[in-house]
Amino acid sequence: MTQSLMQRPVPTGEVAKAAFPAAARSRARRRARLRTLEGWAFVGPATLFVVGLSIFPAGWAFLLSLQKWDGFSEAKFVGTGNYSKMLSDQELWDAVAHTGLYTLLFVPASILLGLFLAVALNRKIRFIGFYRTAIFVPFVASAAATGILSTYLFNPQYGLVNNVFRVIGLPQQGWLEDKAEAMVVIALMSLWGQAAFTTVIYLAALQDVPGELLESARIDGANRWQAFWHVSWPQLAPVTVFVSIWQTIGAIQLFDLVYTTTRGGPLDSTKTIVYFLWEKAFKVLQFGYGSAVAYGLFALTLVITIAVVLYSRRAKVEAF
Amino acid sequence: MATTLAPERRSSSPQTAPRPVQTRKRRPRPSGWHLFLAPVAVLFMVPFVQMFLAALSPEKELISFPPPFIPSHLTLDGFIKLFATSDVLLWLGNTTVVAIAAVGSHLVLCSLAGYGFARLKFQGRTFGFFAIVATIMIPTQLLMIPTYVMFSKIGLIDSLGAAIVPWLASAFGIFLMRQFFLSIPAELEEAGMLDGCSRWQVFFRVVLPLAKPALATLAIFTLLGSWNDLVWPLIAINNDHAFTLQLGLANFQSTRRVQWSLLMAGNVVATMPLILFFLFAQKQFIATMTFSGLKG
Repeated sequence: MTQSLMQRPVPTGEVAKAAFPAAARSRARRRARLRTLEGWAFVGPATLFVVGLSIFPAGWAFLLSLQKWDGFSEAKFVGTGNYSKMLSDQELWDAVAHTGLYTLLFVPASILLGLFLAVALNRKIRFIGFYRTAIFVPFVASAAATGILSTYLFNPQYGLVNNVFRVIGLPQQGWLEDKAEAMVVIALMSLWGQAAFTTVIYLAALQDVPGELLESARIDGANRWQAFWHVSWPQLAPVTVFVSIWQTIGAIQLFDLVYTTTRGGPLDSTKTIVYFLWEKAFKVLQFGYGSAVAYGLFALTLVITIAVVLYSRRAKVEAF
Repeated sequence: MATTLAPERRSSSPQTAPRPVQTRKRRPRPSGWHLFLAPVAVLFMVPFVQMFLAALSPEKELISFPPPFIPSHLTLDGFIKLFATSDVLLWLGNTTVVAIAAVGSHLVLCSLAGYGFARLKFQGRTFGFFAIVATIMIPTQLLMIPTYVMFSKIGLIDSLGAAIVPWLASAFGIFLMRQFFLSIPAELEEAGMLDGCSRWQVFFRVVLPLAKPALATLAIFTLLGSWNDLVWPLIAINNDHAFTLQLGLANFQSTRRVQWSLLMAGNVVATMPLILFFLFAQKQFIATMTFSGLKG
């Protein structure tokens, strides 16, 4: 019914073609052309912006990555020079290590925290609305706002955290000014802002876990922990795979919060790949080298995504 | 010390998790989950509470040692100084313009395109949609340099337009609207077509009114992204008359780091609209987060 109505013009055109060949064919062609025009009138503007501002520049970035160019003087073709320079650039590898540290701190913590919060929030108890709001509101905080809050809360002299440490008798810390602690503070503040995301994803997934399954597990004598571990957790596996990929991609692209807290310091200890890229491209205007680093980042993203998907396939988790 | 912080937080929760089991057989009493949720909720509120307190504190108390936990009195000095010595209202205006343009354009262009890809059959549809899906894989960092070069060639750099153009439409928005339009029954549209409406009339009169939930999700997603965007304005705008609020704040921080009350007042100005909006439309925000996670 729906199909035949939607495609109505086509069969009439076909029938007409047999009866009055020439005139009908040109009419059918005109109609098809009109239909193409109409279709592109709907999708054209958005497609133009999206493709024009992504696929086109992405291709351009690849050409740039083969050049040495500062944006003003003559560009010089260097082939794969930028890429081989990356391999021996110690500063870049340090940035990779810092990014890896942040990823290791942030991704597992954000997944576990999101899971705990989702399990805790997935019930009807008093104040649950308040708890939920309190945990979700930070999601709207921008990187600039979070950055300023971080420098304030973790200020070694006047900050709340050291103040609390002082009152309860713990040693004062340098936090963002200590090269061993700065990345931990950044990861903690990222968690504050983004816990809502993993929590919401897990909450949605938990609500899809069939209640009967949990009930029958409980009737069979499983305690809540066992019921969760043996019933809910396997059902959450696809979501966990997805969230790990998503959070990892986000983590290796960390820039904003570094810019608004430490600007890569102290002693470059929080200089991430994207921060390095931004410095190369927009501070010292190495557009070619910057583009090559961006392609390296793209490749890293793809490799991680493919690795996680393959691993989860082997572990028999249907994530995609 | 520092590195043990995160693991500590993790390991504390499995111990609290099974606790409610013991309460099962006794008379009903407050759930044990409060013991976990209440401290976490308080902890999550600390930064914003501190932000408001600091914005309303006398500057002297913020830089006295030891700093008081509660200010002796509240004052608007921070806000007064903020408005008197900075262009924050101009930046707020700029950000509002960017956000309105972004949300408006997203709603129009992405719903049109989503509908086209979901319902219309035309030459190049598959190719067009494939191109859009392919862009989702591309990290924005890859686009920064060529987009900067492109925008500076057409003279967009350092103007508000530079902040707006990348937000006119997005692959995510098109994808979201397409998913929605695929989920509604086609009969309604056919009835409209039989009544003699054109595609456009059907789209605007029949389909769009049904799409309110999806449009709300799209609007919130775009609002959050465009309001909070920092990286792109940072690259594209160096002229402080075209600064967005986020850019102004980030810039503040390097120039006036010590004036906490002023900085926090700026933070309140930048964050308050979204906090209020969140409290007002919490359900839609949560739907947006869920969708951007599950379908993104």
